Amino acid sequence: MNTQPNIKTDICIVGAGPVGLFAVFEAGLLKMRCHLIDVLPQVGGQLSEIYPRKPIYDIPGYPAIDAQDLVDNLMEQIAPFKPTFTLGERVEELRRQADGSYYVLTNEGTVVHAQVIVIAGGLGCFEPRKPELPGLAEFEGKGVTYMVRNPDDYAGKRIVIAGGGDSALDWTNHLADIAAEVTLVHRSDSFRGAPDMADRVFQLAQAGRIRLLLQSNLNSVSGNGALREVVVKDKQNKLTSIQADALIPLFGLSPKLGPIANWGLNVQASAIAVDTLDYSTGVERIYAIGDINTYPGKLKLILCGFHEAALMAQSAFKYVYPDQRLSFKYTTVNGINEF
Amino acid sequence: MTDDIIRIHVEHPDGLVRTLEVPDGVQLSLMEVLKASEYDILATCGGMALCATCHISVIDGMDSLGERTDEELDMLDTLPNADENSRLSCQIQLNRDLDGLKIKVLENK
Repeated sequence: MNTQPNIKTDICIVGAGPVGLFAVFEAGLLKMRCHLIDVLPQVGGQLSEIYPRKPIYDIPGYPAIDAQDLVDNLMEQIAPFKPTFTLGERVEELRRQADGSYYVLTNEGTVVHAQVIVIAGGLGCFEPRKPELPGLAEFEGKGVTYMVRNPDDYAGKRIVIAGGGDSALDWTNHLADIAAEVTLVHRSDSFRGAPDMADRVFQLAQAGRIRLLLQSNLNSVSGNGALREVVVKDKQNKLTSIQADALIPLFGLSPKLGPIANWGLNVQASAIAVDTLDYSTGVERIYAIGDINTYPGKLKLILCGFHEAALMAQSAFKYVYPDQRLSFKYTTVNGINEF
Repeated sequence: MTDDIIRIHVEHPDGLVRTLEVPDGVQLSLMEVLKASEYDILATCGGMALCATCHISVIDGMDSLGERTDEELDMLDTLPNADENSRLSCQIQLNRDLDGLKIKVLENK
């Protein structure tokens, strides 16, 4: 694996949720540049992924603000400090260098060279929810996939989609035109996704262009190196075998701590123990802020994460500018000095 | 006998049943009670029926629980292991009618 860094920065922030984003601001005031990495394809973390249109009532200065609006405002607030982003990639490894700095390696081969690491990973990585089927894992990448990256890969293939939400309906509709055969397996006999999408799926089924197996669940998978058969069980326990080249279970995303657990940090009940002096982890140059950390009295609130970001930045300064003395300045006095 | 304790029976994977006793009148959801009792429940979204990480299966007492909202049904639809006994525990507010409820906490795979 190529480990030459392709991005160089002062602080690499793992997680681009509200707290990771605000850390860019606090770092920027101290002239530290930031690069953010997030496994999701967009910034905002839980706020954008889970509850974009829910109002939040405990952000100081905002009697109420929609989660997505808070994310948009944070992006505007940090813009002067020119943060850079790697989105849709998962950080796999932190590799310490001889001079104390770190290489941050992602699953897609991105390597970020940073003086300081700030883990603002919230609840961990959002990963696809997987059905519990014996042997499913051995077909991952060999026919079983949890997201559609390139629809054209399915041209001429026999595919099974499982799930009843919007993404299952969308992809069934879309892939009906591309794949040789599409079977949609759904637990219930109705769909709660967008009604017009559901109607289209029922029409496709009536026209014989897709096969619809309702009140059914995935039961087993088998194959010879690559996936060949998917067995579905209906409410009456009747089994149906489907010859298939691909299985796409679409059951949404669920957070997992993921690789963070393997970085040699003090992890307690899926959270990283930190010193409240500066939210350092005990491993030099690595900090943890926001929902991912824990300490006596910890509250998982965005506003607490913002506070943690400010103290972290003050402490991280010594690694980025070892020869300089930090003097604290108010934004009301100094304004924002953009990069 | 009437008293002011609500009893919730929780069946563990090994078949053992533990009874949680909660004073009537506490303003808690079943998710919060389970979390406080150290069950392995993430409850990522904190109780908004938006993450489905507080999934339970009702063994006995479904009728005492009231209707599922659209939000809850939408979310249950995303779970591979949901069935007609499934509920999101964050959407169940504790009250006297729940006394004697028997449930199973489902793992979030």
